[in-house]
Amino acid sequence: MATASIERSAERDVHAGRGQWRELWTRLRRKRLALVSLAIIAVIYGAGLSAPLVAPYAYTEQNLDRALEGPTRDHWLGTDRLGRDMLSRAMYSARTTLIVTAAVLLTGSILIGNGLGMLAGYRGGWIDNAIMRVGEVVSSLPGIPMLILINAGLAPRAIEAARWLEGHTPLSGLVASGFPSYLIVFAGLSLFSWIGTARLIRALVFQLRERDFIMAAEGLGAPGGRVVVRHILPNVAFLIVLQISSGLGAIAGSEIVLTWFGVGVQPPVPSFGAMLFDGSGARTFQSHPHVLLVPGVIVTLLLYAFVLLGDAINDAFAHR
Amino acid sequence: MTAYVIRRLLWLPIVLFAVSFLSFVIMRFGPGDPVTVAAGQYRDPEVLARIRAEKGLDDSLPVQYWRWVSAATRGDFGDSILQRTFTVSELIFPKMWISAQLGIVALAIVFAVGIPLGLTAARLNGTWADPFIVSSLLFLQAIPVLVLIPPLLWLFALQFSILPVGGWGGLLDIYWVGGVIAIPIPDPHLYLPLLAYTIGGFAGVARLVRVTALEVTREDYIRTARAKGLPEATVLFRHILPNSLLPIVTSVGLALASVIEGAFFVETLLGIPGIGSFLFEAARSRDYDTIMASTVIIATVFVIANLLVELTYGFIDPRVRVQASR
Repeated sequence: MATASIERSAERDVHAGRGQWRELWTRLRRKRLALVSLAIIAVIYGAGLSAPLVAPYAYTEQNLDRALEGPTRDHWLGTDRLGRDMLSRAMYSARTTLIVTAAVLLTGSILIGNGLGMLAGYRGGWIDNAIMRVGEVVSSLPGIPMLILINAGLAPRAIEAARWLEGHTPLSGLVASGFPSYLIVFAGLSLFSWIGTARLIRALVFQLRERDFIMAAEGLGAPGGRVVVRHILPNVAFLIVLQISSGLGAIAGSEIVLTWFGVGVQPPVPSFGAMLFDGSGARTFQSHPHVLLVPGVIVTLLLYAFVLLGDAINDAFAHR
Repeated sequence: MTAYVIRRLLWLPIVLFAVSFLSFVIMRFGPGDPVTVAAGQYRDPEVLARIRAEKGLDDSLPVQYWRWVSAATRGDFGDSILQRTFTVSELIFPKMWISAQLGIVALAIVFAVGIPLGLTAARLNGTWADPFIVSSLLFLQAIPVLVLIPPLLWLFALQFSILPVGGWGGLLDIYWVGGVIAIPIPDPHLYLPLLAYTIGGFAGVARLVRVTALEVTREDYIRTARAKGLPEATVLFRHILPNSLLPIVTSVGLALASVIEGAFFVETLLGIPGIGSFLFEAARSRDYDTIMASTVIIATVFVIANLLVELTYGFIDPRVRVQASR
C-alpha cells in the first residue's frame, strides 16, 4: 500500500481538497440573487417532493360545478376546466419536473456524459474517436423535432409494455403512476443531453492526463480505473457541478415543451406543459387568465432561478 | 482550408443517414400507420390492406428503407399520404420558404438589438445599469414562448384588435397613399411571431458581446487608441467592435438552432403554415414520407449552417484558418 500513500501525498499538492467546496459556498452566499434563486428552486422542488402529503386535493379530483373558478378560499389558485384544484395540480407538476430533471441529469448528463467524456479523454485513440463521432451525429440532429418523433413513436409502446408487465407480474399501478411516459421522456432527453458534458469533460481530461501527478500515479502502477476515480474525478468535479446548474433549466424546459405538444408525460399525470396547454387559447386567457398564469408564472420563475443560479455558480468558480 | 471544408462536407451524408435511419425506425416502431389515420372511420380491412400493398407499406422494413433512400438521393421524397394529390416536395419547399423568411428576419432583429445592448452593458460596466440590462434580458429569455403568446394575442388581437390573430401574408404589404404611391410596409401578420421569436434571443447575443467587449477593452491597443486621443466613438466602432465580432459569429449558429426549434411553438400557436407546424401535423398523422423529408431537410439546414459559421470564423480570424489547415 506504499503506492497509495505516495499517490496521496502527490495529489495533496495539486488540488485543494474539500476546502474548495466550502470556499465556493462562501462566495455563493455573498450573492443575494443566487440565494433568492436557490430559495425559489427549493420551494418549487420542495412542493413537488411533498405534494402527496401537502397538496389539499388529489390531482385527479374533479368538480365540474366549480370549473374555471378564480382563486377562492377553497381553491387558493383557482380551478381548471374540469374543476380540479390548480394549486394541487401545480404541486404535482413540480413533482413531475423534479422526477424528470433528476433522472435525466443523473443518467444522461452525469453518468453517460461524464463517463464517456472521461473514457474518451483518458483512453484517447479509437475509443475517443468513436465516442466523439457519435456525439457529432447526435448534436447535428435537430433536437426538438427528433424528441417529438421519439416520444410520439415510442411512448405508446412503452405503455403497452407496462400493461403487459402489470398483467404478467405482481407489479401494479405502473401505467397509472405515469412511469412509462416518464421513462420515454427521460430516455429521449438523456439521448441529447450527454454530448455537451462529454465534450467539456474530455477536453479537461486531455489536459489533466499530461500533468505530473497523473503520470506519477500511472508510473507507480495504479490501474486505469483507480487513476480515473481517485485522481481525475476530483479535478473535474467543478465542471460537473457547473453542468448540473446549467443543464437543469434546459431539461425542465424540454419536458414542458414535449408535454405541451402532447408527446411528453401523459395525462392524467400532471405536468406544467399540460397545464400551460389548457390555458393556451387567447379566448381562455381573456376569460380565465389564471389557467395560464398559474403554471406560467411558476415555470418562468423556476427557469429564471436556474439561469441566475447557474451564472452565480459560474462566477464563483471563475474566481477560484 | 479546402481540405477542411471537404472533410466537413463528407460528414453531411453520414449525419443525413443517421437522421433518416432514426426517423424511419422510430416511426415504424410506433403504433398505427398513415393509411389507418387517413381512413378515419372507414375500416374495411381488405381495402386498407390493398392500399398498403399499393404504397409498398407491407414490404419488409429494410426494403422500404432502401426504397426511400434510393428515391431520396434522386431528389424524390415520395407522396404525401394525407394530402393525396401532392408530392412531399411540392408541399415542403413552399413551407420551408415561409419558415426561412421568418427565421432570417428574426435572426437579423436579434443581432441588430442584441449587439448594441451588449455594447451598452459593457460600457456601463461598474454601474447598476450593467447587471440590470443583463438580468432583465435573462428574464425575457426565461419566459417560455408557450406562456408568452396567449397574453400577447389577447392584448393585441382581442383587446385592441390591431393585429391579426394568426396566419401568414408574406413579408411585405403594400400601403397605398391616395391610391397612387405604393409604400412597402411589413405585413401585420409578422409582428407577433417576430416578437415571440426574438424576445428570448437578445440575452444570448447581448451577454456574449458584453463579455468579449469587456475583455477587448482591457487590451493594450485599446489603451493606446485612447492615449493617442482618439474620440470615444472611433475607439468603440473601429477597435472594440471589430475585435468582439468573432464570438458573435459563433452565436449565429446557436441563435439559428433556437429559431429552428422556436418555429415549432410559434408556428403552431400562431397558425403560420411553415415547416414547424407542418412537421408537427405530419408526426401526428404518421405521414411517413413527409416526416422523413422534413427531418432530413431540417438536419441538412442545421449542418450546413454550422459549417458556414465555422467557415466565417476562419474568414474573420486568420489564426483559426491556420489551425484548421494543419
